[in-house]
Amino acid sequence: MTQLPAPSNVKLGLVIDLDTCVGCHACVTACKGWNTENYGAPLADEDPYGAKPEGTFLNRIHSYEVQPETGPAQLVHFPKSCLHCEDAPCVTVCPTGASYKRAEDGVVLVNEKACMGCGLCAWACPYGAREMDPSAGVMKKCTLCTDRIYNDNLPEEDRVPACVRTCPAGARHFGDLGDPDSAVSQLVEARGGIDLMPEQGTKPVNKYLPPRAKDQAPEAPIDILAPLLAPMTPGETDTPKGFLGWLDRALDSLPGGK
Amino acid sequence: MAAKGTAPVTARGYDLSPKPGDEIRKTTCYMCACRCGINVHMKDGKVAYIEGNRDHPVNRGVLCAKGSAGIMQHNAPSRLRAPMKRTGPRGSGQFEEISWDEALQLADDILRPLRDTNPEKLAFFTGRDQSQSFTSFWAQNFGTPNYAAHGGFCSVNMATAGIYTMGGAFWEFGQPDWDHTKLFLLFGVAEDHDSNPIKMGIGKIKARGAKVIGVNPIRTGYNAVADDWVGITPGADGLLILSLIHCLLKAGRIDLDYLARWTNAPCLLDTDGMLRRNGDGKTLVIDRNTKAEVPFDTAGILPDIAAPGTVMEQIAERYLSDEYAPESVAARCGLTPDRIRTLAAELARVAFDEAFEIEQEWTDFRGETHKTMTGRPVAMHAMRGISAHANGFQTARALHILQILLGTVEAPGGFRFKPPYPKPPEAHPKPHCKVTPGKPLDGPHLGFVHGPDDLTLKEDGSPARIDKAFSWENPMSAHGLMHMVISNAHAGDPYEIDTLFLYMANMSWNSSMDPKGVMHMLTDKKADGSYKIPNIIYSDAYSSEMVAYADLILPDTTYLERHDCISLLDRPICEADAAADAIRWPVVAPDRNVQGFQTTLVKLGAKLGLPAFVNEDGSAKYADYADYITNHVRKPGIGPLAGWREGPEAFPEGTDAPGGRGEAPSDQLQRYIEHGGFWMRHVPAEARYFKPWNAAYQDWAVQMGLYDSPQPYLFNLWCEPLRRFQRAAEGHGTRQPPDHLRARIREKLDPLPIWWDPSEDIPDAESYPVHALTQRPMAMYHSWGSQNAWLRQIHGMNPLYIPTNIWEAQGLKTGDWVKVTSPHGAITVPAAHMAALNPNTVWTWNAIGKRKGAWALSEDAPESTKGFLLNHLIHELLPPKGDGLRWSNSDPVTGQAAWFDLRVRIEKAPAPDGEQSQPNPGTSASPVPEGAANLAWQVRK
Amino acid sequence: MHPAPSLILFTTLSGLGLGGLAWALFALGAGPSHAAIMMVAFTWALTGAGLMFSTAHLKNPKNAWRSFTQPGSSWLSREAWLAVLTLAIAPLVSFAVATGRLPGAAVALPIVLCILTVLATAMIYTQLKTVPRWHTGWTPFLFVILSLAGGAMLTGRSADAIGLLLPAGAALAAYWLSGDNRVRQSQSSMNTATGLTHGTVRAFEMPHTGDNYLLKEMVHVVARKHARRLRYIGFGLAILVPVLLLTLVPALPIWLVLAVHLAGVLATRWLFFAEAEHVVGLYYGKR
Ligand SMILES: Nc1nc2c(c(=O)[nH]1)N[C@H]1C(S)=C(S)[C@@H](COP(=O)(O)OP(=O)(O)OC[C@H]3O[C@@H](n4cnc5c(=O)[nH]c(N)nc54)[C@H](O)[C@@H]3O)O[C@H]1N2
Ligand SMILES: Nc1nc2c(c(=O)[nH]1)N[C@H]1C(S)=C(S)[C@@H](COP(=O)(O)OP(=O)(O)OC[C@H]3O[C@@H](n4cnc5c(=O)[nH]c(N)nc54)[C@H](O)[C@@H]3O)O[C@H]1N2
Ligand code: SF4
Ligand code: SF4
Ligand code: SF4
Ligand code: SF4
Ligand code: SF4
Ligand SMILES: [Mo]
Repeated sequence: MTQLPAPSNVKLGLVIDLDTCVGCHACVTACKGWNTENYGAPLADEDPYGAKPEGTFLNRIHSYEVQPETGPAQLVHFPKSCLHCEDAPCVTVCPTGASYKRAEDGVVLVNEKACMGCGLCAWACPYGAREMDPSAGVMKKCTLCTDRIYNDNLPEEDRVPACVRTCPAGARHFGDLGDPDSAVSQLVEARGGIDLMPEQGTKPVNKYLPPRAKDQAPEAPIDILAPLLAPMTPGETDTPKGFLGWLDRALDSLPGGK
Repeated sequence: MAAKGTAPVTARGYDLSPKPGDEIRKTTCYMCACRCGINVHMKDGKVAYIEGNRDHPVNRGVLCAKGSAGIMQHNAPSRLRAPMKRTGPRGSGQFEEISWDEALQLADDILRPLRDTNPEKLAFFTGRDQSQSFTSFWAQNFGTPNYAAHGGFCSVNMATAGIYTMGGAFWEFGQPDWDHTKLFLLFGVAEDHDSNPIKMGIGKIKARGAKVIGVNPIRTGYNAVADDWVGITPGADGLLILSLIHCLLKAGRIDLDYLARWTNAPCLLDTDGMLRRNGDGKTLVIDRNTKAEVPFDTAGILPDIAAPGTVMEQIAERYLSDEYAPESVAARCGLTPDRIRTLAAELARVAFDEAFEIEQEWTDFRGETHKTMTGRPVAMHAMRGISAHANGFQTARALHILQILLGTVEAPGGFRFKPPYPKPPEAHPKPHCKVTPGKPLDGPHLGFVHGPDDLTLKEDGSPARIDKAFSWENPMSAHGLMHMVISNAHAGDPYEIDTLFLYMANMSWNSSMDPKGVMHMLTDKKADGSYKIPNIIYSDAYSSEMVAYADLILPDTTYLERHDCISLLDRPICEADAAADAIRWPVVAPDRNVQGFQTTLVKLGAKLGLPAFVNEDGSAKYADYADYITNHVRKPGIGPLAGWREGPEAFPEGTDAPGGRGEAPSDQLQRYIEHGGFWMRHVPAEARYFKPWNAAYQDWAVQMGLYDSPQPYLFNLWCEPLRRFQRAAEGHGTRQPPDHLRARIREKLDPLPIWWDPSEDIPDAESYPVHALTQRPMAMYHSWGSQNAWLRQIHGMNPLYIPTNIWEAQGLKTGDWVKVTSPHGAITVPAAHMAALNPNTVWTWNAIGKRKGAWALSEDAPESTKGFLLNHLIHELLPPKGDGLRWSNSDPVTGQAAWFDLRVRIEKAPAPDGEQSQPNPGTSASPVPEGAANLAWQVRK
Repeated sequence: MHPAPSLILFTTLSGLGLGGLAWALFALGAGPSHAAIMMVAFTWALTGAGLMFSTAHLKNPKNAWRSFTQPGSSWLSREAWLAVLTLAIAPLVSFAVATGRLPGAAVALPIVLCILTVLATAMIYTQLKTVPRWHTGWTPFLFVILSLAGGAMLTGRSADAIGLLLPAGAALAAYWLSGDNRVRQSQSSMNTATGLTHGTVRAFEMPHTGDNYLLKEMVHVVARKHARRLRYIGFGLAILVPVLLLTLVPALPIWLVLAVHLAGVLATRWLFFAEAEHVVGLYYGKR
């Protein structure tokens, strides 16, 4: 049903660590590979070897520069796929009922067999998480790899989304954000996980862990640091001779030195 | 976690429990040289899905963007389809397909006379080769001295500096101790060969909250996630590092015990600057307890680093000098003196104040038992950002010395070697060059020289090798100089060759400096109308730019269609905690008339009658490469693969698990396949750290077949081979450098690291104020990625990224174009703005630009319209500086190509006609048909 | 948003048709005549034709019938129902009224359905929080009043047309001006989109160097100067010129005025899409 189900207790989703994502795009092609071969129509590519290659992807990596008030500019790699919103506007606008949110785990899916390709759900999504497949003419979006996470044909440890399984940096985490004790909820708690565009009122299930503060090395006057780099006797090591003398005494004071 | 509930679930008619395939075939990825393990899911005999192998030591289940897109490489329309003979002029791309019999006969016709008369007329160079122990063996059998792989233009500085200094290098030969490090310092790395391990490692230490510092002019990728960014000005790392050393010495924050025990800091020097040795050739130290002069490995001693006349004294003398004070160097580094001091303080704090002990007893080579292993949790890694400069060898040496002064190499939390490293420089072969017509070469081509006597020179002192490796121009060129082969062959300097035989190297394009010049050299003719380089044979798997320049194409398979061997004799997949090797095997049969290149070489070797490839009766010794992998014996008990060997040697006394020695069982490959495509033996707990000096490790390494006998050694702060060259330049010895090189050798081959400004070699440097760099995109492998339908959507073109100050000064806007001029030439390319960039640096992604007609892409593909190569601005020779000589654009020690010394000037320019980046070297015909207009790849029906 | 011709034609022509149908029904209700019946038939056909354009926008039209399944939540589904109901009921009621089986007042039902259909169409856009420019009461008001104004001209009612064009002009101006403000004041920014709040955020590299569906569909960028000019033209043709012509040159054939008006509405409809910025543009640094 296009209406949203009552909020489920289980809220499966991803937690994406912006402090760790190196922007490698591994999750992008792993997602493309799995979802081309499995759920629904293959993710098509138009003009794949030509001037304007353009294909469907369910997960893409942006990158942004952030210029803080002081200090050098920073760069943040930013993966984005469907956030499986609790108040998913993409679902309620859908005229065919093809878009729906699963009552049991909150995953937002498209039933491609029912989709008429009107594109309205993509318009309703603030995050750009839906793309119309150019060949099949049906709406495509992240399935949270529903066909992996419950898949009896996969070993238990592989019942995670393809993007999570492949992420080399471990920047993507999958779990139940409805359970405050789950590892992902704990991570969100510990790292101050946030919602994207909260003002849109979509209540995303996926959370983002903001980058940690950067460039905090004190660019301070040297005397504050002097204790850290102070020679045993100031001035002594300035010359090679003095240095060897200092070495000699330092060695004596080492365990087993004398 | 896995979702709750395991009953088969369906969602609106969709099967939520689809079978990923009928069968999993486990092999090794080759979308790059990282060699991750992959699970290839097969459906109906076709490749349906590729994911990482969780058991594999390299990637533990993860895959990068390229690895996951392997299926699109495997089905790419650019795959070559059959052997080909050139029909049009060289470079036109016109070919006819021929049979393998004809192809091998053509090769035989060309090569046989060379072998019989003058084998050096064959130059066999292999690019991104993962079977160098095999290809070099073939070349050695052929008898030519002219063999090398791609290391010379890649990162030989890194490898060489590491091996000469500490018996092992970064590259993929070692790794940070990701589990224990608390501070990770990364110099000049965008991606590196250890693609996935570095990402996994950074992820791991970030999860622990440990600190990452990135030293790089550009803040992308790893440097973007770094907690601190040191946006150094290119080429200055050596200066920064030596300044850090200065600070640490001044503050006395160095690991005295480590230096005394494990390095040549306490070794005594004679007045010539040579290490003093006893009659057995062992270096001498003063024992601090007895004050006696004893060989370094005497049991029970504590070598004295405070004694006069030691290497340590030289170090203090050199680096305490004000020349290296932060105030003296900061400006050239693009940093403040305080920033340098802070960095030094941080290194010292973590190394010493956060030191820790691992409760693990171990015994060193002097017989002393240590109750614990002391951790120094500062790890470093570096790659081409420091090595691809003309001062890269000495910079890399400086970095290793910094690590060693902090006592972090092979200490817990620091940098660790992967077997077969550590290995002292002396344990490596020396280069060989003795040619006998009809006979193999007298030994391996490549190796490590220890002085002028080891250079590969002819009687008359001229270089014996076409690339002039191991000559006075670049004496310690351990990987050869692939980037000089074509220009030397074209110039007939040091001699003319007949046949250029290349494998897996796109030499007419992205791996060459000045590609247009190279295209000219490859097609240039003599007065008689024949080509200056008479024959060119090439093996590629795809329709690359280089294909058009060959006369004979020996098409390779894709990586899923052939046997390969990632051998301990070569560049294996070892981890710091394990020795491991791996194979590839044909998980699908080729659907075209192609064959694995190694099998082609096996067959060609047999046809030519190369001794190692034929039996007594002249019949072929190996049916194919698979046969060679199993049955080739390199040394008794040792062959390409170490796994599942049998017989008494495999189980020496007191062991129950087989080592790497013994007889190879006839089903060795099958056992690899059953075991996921790889073999691994863990390093015992007491052998895991301090490997160069750890008796348990040394014994284990012998059992594994890594060494023939224990090889403990000291780290070389003082690099004696350099001093030998220096002494020759000072006039000592019989082998003397030519006069024009004398001063350079004396100056640059200093036994202690020095720094010089590589741009001092550029005349009129002020006209080219900006450094221009390239970076590896994580989702692309050199030129290969663009044929991949998925990857090319991520990087279909490459702008030149320009820092804010230049962007604003030039009044640039999004969509603008710029003209970039170097002393060698100019390009006009699309520009983009980047703020997180050193203000004196511009850069672009490497090897995205494509030639029209290559890779089965349409002629208007963005890669060949907007995409571009920076290579057009770089020349293998430096501009003339008025001394009548053209100096090569490379490191004077190793010959490493100095890609990153490029200096340019930037001007806003109108977009060229048709928004076509310039220069545009024109179109070559495609030997393969263009790809499909639409893709909806699905094996499932 | 991408100004798709199918959507511009669909909204404009179905709006005109439904407005016309409403007036034709009104005329019929006031007094059945052959002309009134012909007019109902004509506007009914025009509405049908206009609605057909909406299917041109579907990438998988074979499932179009399913759009009737979700009227409980989806404005598009409601629109589908209303359109079909209108097209079904209007002829029935007309026939009944024309043949005297129902009183003239019965046309109120299909008239209301006409207006509701236009309203539903407008609500498809209005409901989208993601497109601040559309997310306002002015959108449905504008759609309905333009529909009725055009319909009035279509059915030859110049006085009514003038009476509707004036508030329509005001609504158009209000839609534009408040829209400019809404975009400026939108709470969504690159900071909220990325959650990066520790500085100024700038898009560095796109996820891909080529185009994609999102960019083509939702990140249409129209130059401000160009938009301004089109606003004048659209306003002039849709409102100003027709009002002037209708008042100053009453002799002019009204279909000529309608043609001018229609051209103006098409221009404003083009702008309606082209000027509307979707918040997803923030992720691409395009806004
Ligand atoms: N400007 C600039 N230029 C550079 C660099 C830089 O940093 N900046 N880096 C330099 C460095 S470090 C390197 S290593 C070089 C790399 O440059 P190349 O060694 O030329 O690397 P590739 O582009 O990978 O080309 C290798 C060739 O191998 C082919 N190939 C791929 N797979 C197979 C296979 O399975 N079998 C066979 N037979 N062939 C195959 C490809 O089609 C391609 O033609 O580039 C160098 N060039
Ligand atoms: N995805 C992918 N992986 C690859 C490859 C590939 O093509 N694609 N190629 C493989 C090969 S052949 C190689 S050699 C390795 C190379 O791997 P890397 O060493 O990572 O090589 P580059 O990408 O050339 O990156 C060089 C880095 O050094 C920085 N740099 C340049 N000059 C300086 C300097 O003076 N100082 C400092 N501190 N930094 C500097 C540049 O900004 C850049 O970040 O990668 C291997 N891995
Ligand atoms: S992210 Fe977009 S597509 Fe996904 S649930 Fe939210 S609104 Fe719907
Ligand atoms: S495109 Fe498909 S899923 Fe989206 S709203 Fe239209 S019918 Fe529903
Ligand atoms: S959860 Fe699955 S569908 Fe969603 S982005 Fe990850 S791989 Fe793609
Ligand atoms: S795979 Fe992981 S690190 Fe790579 S882009 Fe995706 S989230 Fe980032
Ligand atoms: S790093 Fe990527 S491309 Fe390279 S071997 Fe591993 S998975 Fe394959
Ligand atoms: Mo390389």
